[in-house]
Amino acid sequence: MSVDRRKFLVEATQFLILTGAASEAWPFVAEGHPEAAPGYDVSRHWWAMFIDAEKCIGCGRCVEACKTENDVPDGAHYSRTWVERYYIPAHDVTRPESEPSPHVDSPEAGRYGFREIYPKGPGAKAFFVPKLCNHCTHSPCVQVCPVGATFESPDGVVMVDKKYCIGCRYCVQACPYGCRFIDPRTNTVDKCSLCYHRITKGLTTACCEVCPTGARQLGDLKNPDDPIHELLSTHKVQVLKPNMATGAKVYYNGLDAAVR
Amino acid sequence: MRQRFRDTEHLVRLALLFAAGTLVFVVARALLVPEGFGEYGHFRSGAMVDNQLREPVHAGREACRECHGDAAAALAAGGHAGVGCESCHGALGAHARSEGEVKPAELDAAALCSLCHARNVARPARQPQVDVAEHAEGAACTDCHEAHAPAL
Repeated sequence: MSVDRRKFLVEATQFLILTGAASEAWPFVAEGHPEAAPGYDVSRHWWAMFIDAEKCIGCGRCVEACKTENDVPDGAHYSRTWVERYYIPAHDVTRPESEPSPHVDSPEAGRYGFREIYPKGPGAKAFFVPKLCNHCTHSPCVQVCPVGATFESPDGVVMVDKKYCIGCRYCVQACPYGCRFIDPRTNTVDKCSLCYHRITKGLTTACCEVCPTGARQLGDLKNPDDPIHELLSTHKVQVLKPNMATGAKVYYNGLDAAVR
Repeated sequence: MRQRFRDTEHLVRLALLFAAGTLVFVVARALLVPEGFGEYGHFRSGAMVDNQLREPVHAGREACRECHGDAAAALAAGGHAGVGCESCHGALGAHARSEGEVKPAELDAAALCSLCHARNVARPARQPQVDVAEHAEGAACTDCHEAHAPAL
């Protein structure tokens, strides 16, 4: 234990040298009590996100920002967030059974935008849907982790303990939303942490920060003054796969039935 | 009674064995269970600190406004009012922390504008969209439009 603790202290000191904000939090951090860090009380927050799918323009700035902010490896298969494009081609409306299944694509996770590949014209339907970890209240991924390396924090964020993850991939299979991947550099799992290092410092997530249309908005459900309450009460929202009872906390406005 | 406890020695051995086993379990558990495990649930509470300690890479628009008030005011007055600085300029946490020492990358305006404004059937109809080649006729977007307040 003493070696582990020493290693932890050395790493924490490196951070200290880098940042002034962290030095203030140092005495609390050294004791392993994040809730005691200045200005942040875990029991007073319950994080969620509101996504207005009708506002998403598929620019991919969120994907780019997330890759940069969280040092996510390049490539579509390593994504903490991504944007999907749905396209339902025109069909003979007098024959409802002929309705084609939607085409879904996400080139490079949408990071560089979407090249126009679908024809214009009436009858077809197309839209973008941003996706990320739903930070479920009853997360299937947390339930299957054999070593307690993935968890729901008391402020409602599903996170990974990279020091204890054994890379068994159970959680990757368990997540019904496909939000997890194995980081090839460490062979441990990685996923959206809802920019925990930002939201605990009073900033919004990187994806919300750069979203040009306000399609994504971080919200704190325990804060009565948070605009998310206004958004949730004035929109008809849905979560993804509600039938799975995951207690997802990413609320979508304008979600099409084709979206899975 | 005496008859019943005639094998006391065996019982004592059993008890000692059990006590030793318990001791081994308690010591092993104390050594193996990480600090903070179980504080909030079936995980190590220090993992929250690990996630928390990283430095933000994006500074956030509030930080930009502190030094670039003029650009922020121009932005707020125009059609790009809701767009964050780092949507186009990229991550500027290092730039903000170094008080401008670290310079941001040069922007490729044509590529950036197209990301949001090139015509695409999947975009919402209210998003302003153009067929870029046809619309620009070879000119750069910024020849006519001011990026912070793009309306002509």
